[in-house]
Amino acid sequence: MTRHVLVRIGSYLLIGLGTVFFALPLLWLLSAPFDATPTYAVRPPSEFTLDNFAAVGDNRYALPSLLNSVLLAAGTMLLVVTAAALASYALSRVRIPGRDALLYLILLLSSVITGTAAMVPTFLLVFELGLIDSRVGVVLVLTGGLLPAAIFLLKDFVDTIPRSYEESARVFGASPLQVLRHVVVPVARPGLATIGVWTIVQVWGSFLTPFILLRDPDKQPAAVLVRTLYTEGGSPNLALIATFSLLYSIPVVLMYLFAWSRYGFRFHGGIKS
Amino acid sequence: MAGIVLSGLVKEFPGGVRALDGLDLEIADGEFFALLGPSGCGKTTLLRTIAGLEPPTGGAVHIGERDVTRLEPGARDVAMVFQDYALFPHMSVSDNISYPLRVRRRPRPERTARAAEVAAQLGLDALLGRRPAALSGGQQQRVALARAVAIRPAVFLFDEPLSNLDARLRLEARTFLKRLQRELAVTTVFVTHDQAEALALADRIAVLDAGTVRQVGTPREVFGRPATTFVANFIGSTPMNLLPGTVHDGRIDVFGAAFPAGVTGLREGEQVVVGMRPEYLTLAPARPDGPALAGTVSVTENLGTSALVNVAVGDELVGAVVPEDAEPAPDTPVWLTPQPGRMLVYRDGNLLR
Repeated sequence: MTRHVLVRIGSYLLIGLGTVFFALPLLWLLSAPFDATPTYAVRPPSEFTLDNFAAVGDNRYALPSLLNSVLLAAGTMLLVVTAAALASYALSRVRIPGRDALLYLILLLSSVITGTAAMVPTFLLVFELGLIDSRVGVVLVLTGGLLPAAIFLLKDFVDTIPRSYEESARVFGASPLQVLRHVVVPVARPGLATIGVWTIVQVWGSFLTPFILLRDPDKQPAAVLVRTLYTEGGSPNLALIATFSLLYSIPVVLMYLFAWSRYGFRFHGGIKS
Repeated sequence: MAGIVLSGLVKEFPGGVRALDGLDLEIADGEFFALLGPSGCGKTTLLRTIAGLEPPTGGAVHIGERDVTRLEPGARDVAMVFQDYALFPHMSVSDNISYPLRVRRRPRPERTARAAEVAAQLGLDALLGRRPAALSGGQQQRVALARAVAIRPAVFLFDEPLSNLDARLRLEARTFLKRLQRELAVTTVFVTHDQAEALALADRIAVLDAGTVRQVGTPREVFGRPATTFVANFIGSTPMNLLPGTVHDGRIDVFGAAFPAGVTGLREGEQVVVGMRPEYLTLAPARPDGPALAGTVSVTENLGTSALVNVAVGDELVGAVVPEDAEPAPDTPVWLTPQPGRMLVYRDGNLLR
């Protein structure tokens, strides 16, 4: 009996410690931006202020960098969702020998050869294409990196959509494009939304690719800009970093909540018979 | 309104599986036609070939006067109801029913009007705003039918339309389907593996096996005079008794009973198979006049208003259906006589006439 109670107490203690460990940075992120003199300590603001937000506004690159992040994320998301939808539909419906092996190989290669390892060749490729310092170049490189996983995830989803839906539409005279527009895309919408949100989150947090491919500070996204928020003395400007980080995280959190409430991140076909 | 003519249809899948093997069939205008067979016999492939979802490897499909062999499914003027109904989960019942009109780019008012009209005809008026997921199995089936009715096609194709319903609902839906087909008088082809369903619904039945037609006929013909032992085995809720017989003196000797052959062209000493339906056998507790199979009762199975009595005759079990309360006790000796004209004779699996 006492043993049982002790085990319960111990497990709660462990869970509590874990919670504290993960909650501390978040609590800091919530309190430091409103603190006139923030430190690394997690504490309620010693002197409540909104001046830090004004300071972020005064930084010539801070708010535009958030817009840059939105542009990169939106562009990559559109490309990834469109290409992954077409590719996964084709891979799911057309029989080609060795299809599954091909898919696994692509996924394997894309996870083995990560961004860091491919950085030099990627840079050279983008340089030859004349796309250095252009958002299009960054979007293309990010799209290439995310597509294999996106196709893989989405193909599993499309596999669960019964073929009879498409065949039924075909017998009623629908053209292939109408089948796609009227039936496949609406039925696959939860899967497409999941891929879209996942892509945006990936791009939002990506540092290395835009850091290397973009020279002009006017084009840098938020993830790259954070690194420049130092005081004249060369130490991190905690007030600015905390405030900017808060602004930087809000869109992602909002989008997660929206997508979750709407689609619940189901990874199955949403068809109940 | 159109009949269907299939000539020399061959369908070979990659890997060499021959689902249809030179199949010929004529389906008359306005007929309710069943494609019946065990699973893997090619009946669904045949239906999908008529619909245009499977291009045939050889042969031709005519609907009405047109050769539609190379036409797209949408250009054939057919409507198909799938086994899983294939209702679009993201559209309301109204949008589902009027989807064929949306494909034809008709204006929305016309679409909703037609959906309402067809829904009223099929008793679905109250459900127009719902999504398919909020419907029962029977309602989903009716919506699928309504969607097929909405385009007023020349031919209906149903793939196992009743198999996803539970037993009680199935009977109701069966009656409904037959009445609907009578009212619309549209040529209808449906696929089923359930012989009772085919017998109950169809004007004519084609029994398929291994990609070829074994017999085409009215339910009465197919049930009463199966053309082959395969059809005899397949049709009927209690399988037909198929017993070995030897021709002797113009009569057929089956386990010591010499029955009049009833057919001509038999050779002396020839081995044949005699078919007797359990429903067409008379069971007597005492030896009757004339030839009869003698045996002892082994097991009886209650069928509700009747009972199936399995009688051990020689080394075979012979089934006979008797009215309720007339079941003999196990191990009692009984005699079985086929009703006049109900004994069939097969040579090499084919019926002798």
